[in-house]
Amino acid sequence: MELCSFLTLDSFITDPLTHDFMRKALLMSSLVAAVCGFLSSYLTLKGWALMGDAVSHSVMPGVVVAYALGLPFSLGAFIFGVGSVALIGFIKQKSRVKEDTVIGLVFTGFFALGIVLVSKIKSNIDLHSILFGSPLGISLSDVKQTIFISLLVVILLSIFRKDLMLYCFDPRHAKTVGINVFFLHYLLLTCLSLAAVVGLQSVGIILVVAMLITPGATAYLLTDKFDNMTIISVLSAIISSLIGIYISFWFDLETGGSIVLAQTFIFLFAFLFAPRYGIFKLKKFFAGYK
Amino acid sequence: METINYQNFRIDAENICVDYNGKVALYDANLRLKPGQICGLVGMNGAGKTTFFNALTGFVNISKGKIRINGESVRSAQKDQTIAYVPQNEGIDSQFPINVWDVVMMGRYGSMNIFRCPRESDVQAVKDAIERVDLTDHLSTPIGNLSGGQRKRTFLARAIAQRASILLLDEPFSGVDIRTEKLISELFIQFKNEGKTILLSTHDMIHVREFCDLVLLINKTVVAYGETSEVFTPENITTTFGGISPDFLFGPES
Repeated sequence: MELCSFLTLDSFITDPLTHDFMRKALLMSSLVAAVCGFLSSYLTLKGWALMGDAVSHSVMPGVVVAYALGLPFSLGAFIFGVGSVALIGFIKQKSRVKEDTVIGLVFTGFFALGIVLVSKIKSNIDLHSILFGSPLGISLSDVKQTIFISLLVVILLSIFRKDLMLYCFDPRHAKTVGINVFFLHYLLLTCLSLAAVVGLQSVGIILVVAMLITPGATAYLLTDKFDNMTIISVLSAIISSLIGIYISFWFDLETGGSIVLAQTFIFLFAFLFAPRYGIFKLKKFFAGYK
Repeated sequence: METINYQNFRIDAENICVDYNGKVALYDANLRLKPGQICGLVGMNGAGKTTFFNALTGFVNISKGKIRINGESVRSAQKDQTIAYVPQNEGIDSQFPINVWDVVMMGRYGSMNIFRCPRESDVQAVKDAIERVDLTDHLSTPIGNLSGGQRKRTFLARAIAQRASILLLDEPFSGVDIRTEKLISELFIQFKNEGKTILLSTHDMIHVREFCDLVLLINKTVVAYGETSEVFTPENITTTFGGISPDFLFGPES
């Protein structure tokens, strides 16, 4: 029966919309995707993929502690996210260990702490939903928090859009003309921690880094203009989320994994067929026929 | 004895030291430059040239000494857009999705409002700057599609648009074509006449003799400083380059 209704595109799209939880999931995931996609162009250009991975994993103990204490989970996540970066910087400065090693050991340490805490603190935290996301089971208080954080990040990024671009491109020039580079550095980190928090509801802590880097990487292959890159990044993130949720609904697959897989496929498509930077340089190919 | 009026100096660096986590990169370095002077900064890789630039722009903090720019602190020089830094080509990500116009517009950011909305005057400054470096045909070209020389000119235009009175140029002649080299040397003469102060680092001894009134030879500290004709001697250059003779380094023609 499921297969029959599946046959028409119309019902493929509209049937899930009759469920309240699906409408909520689609809306919230699109919002989260837009936020992560927006940030993604900065992170990929700044070369902060590993940093994104580190921060998103490090927020784990913060989320657990905040839940246990009844605080907003974003607060705990934020403290641990920024804290992990500070710790990485401190260890790097005070030891001879290389940066990527320090990043790796700090975030796995935090992540392990989070897992241990979950097993110790008796509460209604569902480890599975933290690790793998649960966009279909998002609660009302989580919805409010997600909307609030998302708007905050979007507003911050919009206001400092150009400064952040300059910071990624040429921090030395930014400093020379009196722009506060220190502030921009921590602004980007703050947005990264906050985006990781909202992103983990969609796809979970383990995969949230994909939300933060894949859309940006896809967009980077498709354009030479920063503004277009941001737009493409946001759109590809939203489209991936919608595709992922629909696929997971119809085929009964893990939602977070489906969303990230959709992003990966869109990236692969760009990787192969991007007009200028794809493997098959379509622009040259078509130009040859003129 | 006459008292020194610090206002007369565009750049006045006094006994500055810079260290990175305890590792000394530069110590007891002095430099005084007046308006209209062009000074060459010569030294080996790792001799502290970039560190010197970084100290002057405030990109790194000095651990000792004092820097005055037009008699004021580096911080207020930043606010006043006094110093422009032109990076070497290797120092920037050429694959960054940005075009010539937007790079040059970045020269105006420091004097714009928080949203960095260009005013009429900013647009005009950018237009003029791009015209001066002869890139008007490449306004919307992504920097990744430019040649090395064109990219260098783009960053020069950014410095011009900034209307800075001090220009710091990191290896302005490396990896550029003849046309760009000619254009840059013409610009230097114009800058000099406009009273701008230029500090440039270079590996090329010929350029030092050609353009620089003064030369600063450094190897972690100042080896020699003064008029090019007096200071730029084979002995001093040999000392600067750790005992290797200039003939060996740059060929007999220099």
